[in-house]
Amino acid sequence: MSVYAPTRSAAGTPAGPRTTNRPRRSASGPLREAGPLTYIALSLVLLFSAFPLYWMFVVATRGNQAIAQRPPAVLPGGQFAGNVVRTLENPAANFTTGLLNSAIVATTTTVSVVFFCSLAGFALAKLRFRGRNALLIGIVLTMMLPVQMAVVPMLIMMDAFDWRGDLRAVIVPFMVTGFGVFMLRQYALQGVPDELIESARVDGCSTFRTYWSIVLPALRPAMVVLGILTFMQNWNEFIWPIAVLGPDNPTVQVSIHNLNLGYTSDFALMFTGATFATLPLLLVFVVFGRKLIGGIMDGAIKG
Amino acid sequence: MKIVKGAGTVPDREPPVPGDAPAGEPRQERRTRWQSLRGRFDRRFSPYLFIAPYFLLFGIFGVFPMLFTFWVSLHDWSFIGGKAGFAGLDNYAFLVTDAKFWNALLNTLGIFVVAIVPQLLIALFLADTLNRQLRWRGFFRMGVILPYVTSIAAMAIVFGQLFGRDFGLINLSLESFGLDGIDWRSNRLASWVAIAVMIDWRWLGFNTLIYLAAMQAIPRDLYESAAIDGASRLRQFWQITVPMVRPTIMFTVIIATIGQMQLFTEPVIFSADYRGGNQNQFQTVAMLMFEEARQLDNFGYGAAISWIIFVLIVIFAVINVLFISRIRSAT
Repeated sequence: MSVYAPTRSAAGTPAGPRTTNRPRRSASGPLREAGPLTYIALSLVLLFSAFPLYWMFVVATRGNQAIAQRPPAVLPGGQFAGNVVRTLENPAANFTTGLLNSAIVATTTTVSVVFFCSLAGFALAKLRFRGRNALLIGIVLTMMLPVQMAVVPMLIMMDAFDWRGDLRAVIVPFMVTGFGVFMLRQYALQGVPDELIESARVDGCSTFRTYWSIVLPALRPAMVVLGILTFMQNWNEFIWPIAVLGPDNPTVQVSIHNLNLGYTSDFALMFTGATFATLPLLLVFVVFGRKLIGGIMDGAIKG
Repeated sequence: MKIVKGAGTVPDREPPVPGDAPAGEPRQERRTRWQSLRGRFDRRFSPYLFIAPYFLLFGIFGVFPMLFTFWVSLHDWSFIGGKAGFAGLDNYAFLVTDAKFWNALLNTLGIFVVAIVPQLLIALFLADTLNRQLRWRGFFRMGVILPYVTSIAAMAIVFGQLFGRDFGLINLSLESFGLDGIDWRSNRLASWVAIAVMIDWRWLGFNTLIYLAAMQAIPRDLYESAAIDGASRLRQFWQITVPMVRPTIMFTVIIATIGQMQLFTEPVIFSADYRGGNQNQFQTVAMLMFEEARQLDNFGYGAAISWIIFVLIVIFAVINVLFISRIRSAT
């Protein structure tokens, strides 16, 4: 198929628009050499970044005596398995359900956001149609509005839909984001050459086919970053799930919240729960960390 | 296959499919007409189909709830009793005189100031540090952004323990230096500091990377000529680096303001309820909204607070858009 040939050559051009017109190329001369003080300062910041995570793990692998002990424990202990069982069996937290639900919610919303936002972003960047600019302005003006703050009307709506306590309540409202549309639109503007779309047209591709086999591959770098951000955001969603989901069918954040309400002094229990809620994100970080850094630094976030 | 652009092909018509060629003449023609019709239909309506999911979902779960919020805020409304009558602007009249609302607004803005000033300053210095010839550059960047990729509620639990009055590590360290421990939850300023530390821990690296990107775009000859003029490094930082990244700083401040108006998770976990301490010393506006709506079953008033949060965020968002378009047109 002739469609694929231009696609591959697009991937071969220096990886999208952001690297090519990045102004840093104009900066001349070598960077200033880093001295030992620089390394010391950076190491301190690293320590500050990692310490709370490390401490979480230390307490989660020990009992509650690790907290009261003086001087405090420094190394992880051997009680992690016991704490895990205790946390999973805790009736207030419902952790197994919470973890499963969070995985479902974060994955579904991520796939959906990336798909629908790339469709809309492509249309707004590359297709000509009436009302395009007005719609784009509408998105830019509303993308900062937090739907999460509309707790009251959303609760009334969810009762009308009979979705209260149901996962649909925390998935469906978050299946698209204005930020995602805008971000992918900005990327498509430069990252998808008009010639490719034209030639697909000439070849007789429908618009959706053009999107699927040409635009989607070209948008991939930006879609990965959007995917990471969306996954993190929905994994972390707090105010709306605790408003609409009951303790029987929680997300992991709701589980943590319920533990925190009832077991404020059982730190081993809470820290193990906290570890559960953090580990999947750390996994995302290990796999996609570099892409995320690239996305933040290339201005993907700024749109 | 290489396609030559503008070589006389009509983009709307599909090329004949080779395998279908032996078909009779009229059939072929009909088929082509149908295909061109389909092509025109596709060109005309596909854009709307592509944007439809976004606008449909955003309409139902974005625009409508916002407007509905305002409608609810004009009523006495409770979850249990439902709508109980039109109240006009009574909820807003009450809000203006409600000491709890002003207290929550003060806390929200106070925590913002306590958090943002050190956060931006440290991020600037840190970005400047990372903008050097570094070994293990990727490693340091990963380390800096690590907190951004964690669960907010989970880390609030950890920080809540670190800031504990009796067994918190921070008080333990203070005491080991011969200082008095601080009651982080009951003292207003101390509670603001504790929450600000949680926010800064999470966002420091994010802002650092954004500043680093901006700093990499500064032409280096600026520094060279400044060095020739005998400007010290600190002076170069304040007189070249900071002015050059000022638009980026403004951007991060606006984003942070919008996020701050919704501050909820950290203080809720920190206080283990929605009150934010015995005297509401660290209750934010989002917490007050949640408390009124969810715990006190006061939907109308909760909606009024939501609406005020929207209005404030809209103001910041408009500033944001104006500001960014001004930067865009300037460059």
